[in-house]
Order: sequence, then C-alpha cells, then structure tokens
Amino acid sequence: MDNSQPLITATNLKKSFGDFIAVREISFTVEKGVCFGLLGPNGAGKTSTIKMIYGASPVTAGDLSVFGLDIKTKARAIKSRIGVCQQENTLDPDLNVLQNFEIFASYFNIDKKTAQARTMELLHFFALEQRRNFRVAELSGGMVRRLIIARALINQPELLILDEPTIGLDPQSRHQVWDKLEALKEQGLTILLTTHYMDEASRLCDELVIMDNGTILAQGSPQSLISKYTGHHIIEVTEPGTDLIKYIQGKDVWQENLGHRLIIYAAGEHDLYRDICSRFENKDCVLRSASLEDVFLILTGRELRE
Amino acid sequence: MKIDISLRFFRVWQRNLAVYRTSWKINFLPPFLEPLFYLIAFGVGFSGLIGNIRYETTQVSYVSFIAPALVAINIMNNSFFESTYGSFVRMYYQKTFEAMMATPLNAEEIITGEIVWGATKSVIGTAIMMVVISFFGLVSYPVALLILPVAFLGGIAFGAVGMCFTAVVKTIDLFNLPVFLFVTPMFLFGGTFFPLSGLPVWAQQVALALPLTHLVNVVRALNYGIFNQDVLIGICYLIVFSLLTIPYALFKMQRRLIK
Repeated sequence: MDNSQPLITATNLKKSFGDFIAVREISFTVEKGVCFGLLGPNGAGKTSTIKMIYGASPVTAGDLSVFGLDIKTKARAIKSRIGVCQQENTLDPDLNVLQNFEIFASYFNIDKKTAQARTMELLHFFALEQRRNFRVAELSGGMVRRLIIARALINQPELLILDEPTIGLDPQSRHQVWDKLEALKEQGLTILLTTHYMDEASRLCDELVIMDNGTILAQGSPQSLISKYTGHHIIEVTEPGTDLIKYIQGKDVWQENLGHRLIIYAAGEHDLYRDICSRFENKDCVLRSASLEDVFLILTGRELRE
Repeated sequence: MKIDISLRFFRVWQRNLAVYRTSWKINFLPPFLEPLFYLIAFGVGFSGLIGNIRYETTQVSYVSFIAPALVAINIMNNSFFESTYGSFVRMYYQKTFEAMMATPLNAEEIITGEIVWGATKSVIGTAIMMVVISFFGLVSYPVALLILPVAFLGGIAFGAVGMCFTAVVKTIDLFNLPVFLFVTPMFLFGGTFFPLSGLPVWAQQVALALPLTHLVNVVRALNYGIFNQDVLIGICYLIVFSLLTIPYALFKMQRRLIK
C-alpha cells in the first residue's frame, strides 16, 4: 500500500446483535503514524468497533478496510499485521512470562529463535526482564498490563489496537504505560485506542472521535474539539447565590446551571471572571482551562450509563 | 459462517502440550495409578467371587476382562474432560481463546486444536496404562499396539462430543448433566465391568447406541490379539460418530466465540 492511503477506512460501518444496534453506520479514517482515540461512555460502541477492526467480530453492514485490505475476505492477513491489547487480562495463566511470549509468537508462525530474540527485546523495553520466569498470577496489575502490550508487539505490528489500556491501574502504572506508548508513537507506530479517561486521550491522541449510542458525535484533535465545543476557558462557581445566578442569566453567555454548580463556557475574556469576583465575593469561583472532559460531558450528557 | 481450518491449529495443540509438560510428573500419575488400583482391587479382592468370564469361544479371567475396559474408559475420560472442563476454563475463565482470536488463528482452528489435544492425551494415557497392564501379562502384542491409533480415534470422538456440550453450557456446573447422564451410565453399563449379555435386551440395545460400548469392544478384542466383527463395527461407529460431532462442535463454538 502507498503511504498516502489511510491505514483504516470505515464507511457506514454497522454492528448489531439481534435487535440491538451497537454501532450505527459510522465512517472514519485513521492515517498512518497517528494515535487515534475512540472515546465514549460505557456502551457507546467503542469495543464493538475495534473488535470488527481486528477481525474478532463480523461486520454487520458497511465497509471496513485495514491496510487497504477488506476485513471480510482478508481477516487472517490483516490479523497477522496488527497487535491487539484486549481490555481483559488475556495472558496465559498456565504459562510463565517467557512461555507466554514464545507461544503467542507461534500463533503468528514466528520461528522460535526470532521469537526469543524479540521477547527479550520487548521485556527490556517494558522493564520486565526480571520477571521473565514469573507466572502471571505473581505479577501486579501494572506489570500485567505492560506485558499484554509488550506481547501485542511480538509480531512487529503496523497497527497497535488498545482497548482501555490503563483501566484499573494506579497513577504510577498509568504514567509508565503512557510513557511506553509515547515512545512507540515516536517510532512511527500507528495506535488505535479506546478509553473513557479524558486525560489519557488528551495526552496520547493526535485525533479522536467521541462516540455515544453507536454514533460519532464529534471528531478532531483534542485542541480543536475544545475550541469548537467549549472554548478554551471555563468559569466554575460552586454554590452560587440566587443573585449571582440572576446576574449571569442577564448576560449573554453560554452557561449550564447544575444546581450546586454553575458553569460558564467560552469565558474567553477575563473581565467576566473579575466582574463576578468583585461583585459577589464568592470564594468558590474559579477560572480554568477547558479540558476534553468538558467537551465530553457537553456532547454525551451527564446522565449515568448503566 | 464457513469453516476454514489451516494447519495452524497445530499451534493450539503445541500450547496445550507446553502446559502439559510443565507438570508432566503429575499428569503421568493418574493413568499410571488408576489401572494399578483397579487391577489390584478387582484382581485380588473381587475376582475370587466371580471366576472366569466367557469371551467368544474362550474363558478369560475377570482381571483380563476389565483391563481393556479400563483402557477404553481412560480414553473417554481423558478427551471428554479435557474438552469440557479444560476447554471451558480456557475459554471462559482464562480468556485464552480470546487472546488467540486476535492472532491469525480462527475459532475453528482453536477448537480443532483443542479436540486433537484431548485425543493426544488419550493416547498418552493409553500408552502408560498399557505398560502397567502388561506387567500383569494381560496384553497380546503386537496386535495390541493397534490400540494406540484406536485411542486417538476414540479421543477425537469423545473430545468432539465434549466440545458440543462446552459450546452450549452457560456455567461450568452444568457439565454435571452430561457427566451423570452420559459418561457415568456408559462407564457402568457399556460392557465394561460385566458383559453386555448380563443386561436385558432393551438395555443392550441402548448400550450399543453409545460410543463407549463400541470403544470397549474394539480395545478388548485388540487387547486379546483378535480381529473380529466388533473391531470393524466399532471403528466404523467411532468414525461416523466423529463425523457428526466434529462439525456440530465447530459450528456451535463459532457461534459462541464470534459475536
């Protein structure tokens, strides 16, 4: 394939399970060398989408090509060129770390010598050489996660797919995983990840889509989404008084009243903030940078998902 | 969905062999001790009460009557339990199949690898048991060596039928149903510990519909160094049984693994 062609092209991609439609005719492309994020609340259709991309779930309707190959007819060829890090711990508990890598490599028909060399390289890169003879049950959550990512690289994939790569990890482990993923990005690896951690998406993703109920709500770089949907600054007032609420309502500003909190979006000028501070002496009034989380909540709403 | 099986299924087999090898000393114990215990219990303790049993035109001792049945039961148990409890644990609890599905392996190859592995365990168990039984002078070589390929065929048949159950059970406890309604009756009434002729005619007919009865017939005849009609019928039965259960297991497991 030539370099200008996107790595993944999804056109009107649909996935349904009986009557339930998980993915509703979405279209997107992932260019080579980018880190592309799929964001969305639980049940948004993120995992269903990536499962179709790595060939574990058949496409209900629409077209999906990876490396310029049709997933419906060339799934095996595509699967041999991608690395997948699933949400759950899929390391083999019956085997030690080294065996996990070597046997996983054999599924790709990689010969034993090459597999051993790559295993040591990957364990070194993820700082896990000391654990090579450990059993999976003896490892911490952070180590397991790094091992799953490392194992997904055993076939030197052109595309790395990660489903919630840092779910359930402590902050130290999350940062370590992010460091490694950033290093892989530097090396030019294309990464597709799903997450509902906005800090993770802001840090890693060059481009992302926000999904909900199986559709794409917005698409762009983290910064472009922020400028488009919330503006760069936000004023947040905790426990606003009625006079303050009335005053703000009189102004022509974009606001959201959550009862105990009042949020004013696109507060580009500092004047309004100073104005509020001087008039109302409210100590719990802050001016802050807008984040992807604000965009996410605006687009997907604040209701709980069960 | 179509069935597409390449030789890559062998990788799944190798994975299971690697796990088996890490604890081979423990894995070798059951096929070694089980016949020993049974033969001592029945040979020393029980056979005095029973005397000889008629097999075709000759008389055989009770111990040499049950020894080949123990081999056949071992063939059934090894592959059936491997493709039920063993495969279910790998599929449901360990997510081993899920990891495999993200590689060039497909569902059909995973399941084929599992069934062939179960049959391999049957062969390993059979080989160990035959060594033990040989010490009691109960095996006629070289014809009895044909029991090894028969163990593979029987292992495929019982592994495939076990996999059919694995494809449909919701929880691991439900395996109690096929174990108590299918495996245990065959174990007791499949011409194993007493000749089929000891059963009423209707029960003999039921027994002849079940795979263990045929496997016992084949193994027993070969163990005595005899080729008879039972061998031919039994092998045909096991082949047909496998040809029915393998596609069903593959199809149902595809449905279960691919959503």
